[in-house]
Amino acid sequence: MSKGRFGIHGGQYIPETLMNAVNELEEAYNHYKNDPEFNKELTDLYNNYANRPSPLYFAKHMTKNLGGAKVYLKREDLNHTGAHKINNCLGQVLLAKKMGKTRVIAETGAGQHGVATATVAALMGMECEVFMGEEDTKRQALNVYRMKLLGAKVHPVTSGTATLKDAVSETMREWTNRIDDTHYVLGSVMGPHPFPTIVRDYQAIISREIKQQIVEAEGRLPDAVLACVGGGSNAIGTFYHFIEDEKVRLIGCEAAGRGVHTKDTAATIATGKLGIFHGMKSYFCQDEYGQIAPVYSISAGLDYPGIGPEHAMLYDEKRAEYVSVTDEEAVNAFEYLSKTEGIIPAIESSHAIAHALKIVPKMNPDQIVVITVSGRGDKDVAAIARYRGEDIYE
Amino acid sequence: MSKSIKEAFLNKKAFIPFITCGDPSLEVTEQLVYAMEEAGASFIELGIPFSDPTAEGPVIQEANIRALSGGVTTDKVFEMVANIRKNSQIPLVFMTYANVVFSYGVDKFMKKSKEVGMNGLILPDVPFEEKEEFASVAREYGLEFISLIAPTSHERIKMIAKEADGFVYCVSSLGVTGVRSEITTDIGAMVSLVKEAKEIPAAVGFGISTPEQAKKMAEKADGVIVGSAIVKLCGKYKKDCVPYVKEYVISMVEAIESL
Repeated sequence: MSKGRFGIHGGQYIPETLMNAVNELEEAYNHYKNDPEFNKELTDLYNNYANRPSPLYFAKHMTKNLGGAKVYLKREDLNHTGAHKINNCLGQVLLAKKMGKTRVIAETGAGQHGVATATVAALMGMECEVFMGEEDTKRQALNVYRMKLLGAKVHPVTSGTATLKDAVSETMREWTNRIDDTHYVLGSVMGPHPFPTIVRDYQAIISREIKQQIVEAEGRLPDAVLACVGGGSNAIGTFYHFIEDEKVRLIGCEAAGRGVHTKDTAATIATGKLGIFHGMKSYFCQDEYGQIAPVYSISAGLDYPGIGPEHAMLYDEKRAEYVSVTDEEAVNAFEYLSKTEGIIPAIESSHAIAHALKIVPKMNPDQIVVITVSGRGDKDVAAIARYRGEDIYE
Repeated sequence: MSKSIKEAFLNKKAFIPFITCGDPSLEVTEQLVYAMEEAGASFIELGIPFSDPTAEGPVIQEANIRALSGGVTTDKVFEMVANIRKNSQIPLVFMTYANVVFSYGVDKFMKKSKEVGMNGLILPDVPFEEKEEFASVAREYGLEFISLIAPTSHERIKMIAKEADGFVYCVSSLGVTGVRSEITTDIGAMVSLVKEAKEIPAAVGFGISTPEQAKKMAEKADGVIVGSAIVKLCGKYKKDCVPYVKEYVISMVEAIESL
């Protein structure tokens, strides 16, 4: 009966009001996914608007400095709008347009998905409204202004903890309120079916390119691929085409915040348990009565109490590993990559860099590691300065 | 033995109030149940608070937060229901979210619900496609798992109604719970689609707050559900809310019984 399962995870736990909307979306997605015209249009947008394929950059200095495996960086930070989020937004907004929708709504944490949605909405002449936790509108004030500049309306969300999970809840509420002309551009591989599948398919271009690029550069597949995980969209994009290659280690890096043994953490695999929330069955940070935990991370984009259902399945099957990285380690990695390679990574992506700093030195020089730099770090500079005690303003 | 939901719809239009357990305290919730029964409520929906109630508008969201910050837990709600059953046999159904039941253990939750004397439950984030995980266990313990239909359900209504237990909850409007000045959905059409599929009572909820609206809805359906308007009174008058809620329920019951 129930659709969109990844092992025991996934499903469609949503109000009846939305059921016909997700069914209609699934039907449209299945139709257009094999439509040559649609795919031609999307590829053209990827290449000529979003700057794909993104480079796979050999991090020479990092490799030398760490003295272990060869390190490659998948440069999603070089995409238009500065993150991987545009891959999914171009696909979904194009799909919404084909479905006859005239308005898109989206949640955002760090603001990257909101900016990407607002960007594509501007490009395609759609109305756009973005829901963002009030706490995050303060942490990422520049992105708020950026969205407004792109013609979107930004709603600060004050309910709950006023962060990403509340932004998702509020966008779902808004969708039940206005469905006919509106598509919900969900930003991660989460929520009810078909979203985890749709978002994964649009992000899978990351691993499709990595595979081709690494074979061109090295003549073989990498030993490990690393990506940061909140909901898990850039991670599933990085993993997807390697799932079949069992020798490639898939490593997702969660945000431990101030540590997995403190309450100030967002590491779902490390601290969560099985539950049902935001339309899906998966792992969630919650108390013994199923109340969703108020999670914390320095990174607004990873500050989410759940993980996408496909990741939950990859974890159950032990196909992928999930590790936790603290704020402090992520900030150190943010500074490390900036100084070593002249690349300022997003604080989200810095979680993956940080884990690489731990494992690469222990690997052999004939091994290869690919880290996805999911976004650029310009948006985080002021917050990192404040973390280091320098009181600068954006 | 408590009365059944079916009996609550016999020979009259049902008035079904909703309150959030533990807002402002479980003691007051218990008193509200007695007062609403005296005021003529047919049965009562008891909300078990959830941290992130995605189908609720601001009024009930805030009630959930108030209840949770007051220390309400699922176990304490069960205890309260057991106490209520010493004094009242009015049918009671839980309204909560999938994760509250799932994290407690679906079997354990249903067993406990039956033990303390509940009649059924409503999970607004569990649609037809996902219901068996919960409904099959509810059935095992003789609890009614209530199905919802919405203005967007169209051709789904027959499929849902055919398998429905207890009564069908007709969501009157798009969006989340909360007071609305106007309800534009053709409720009569929704209800007749239900009846074509199964002989089962249909009650309308979401957005109803005034006696006039209640009367209008009761003309087309078997019952009227009111949540936010009552929860608003609980939020405004706090521990002193009981007489205000009672007076309000009397006015609503009078409106629909005048039919």
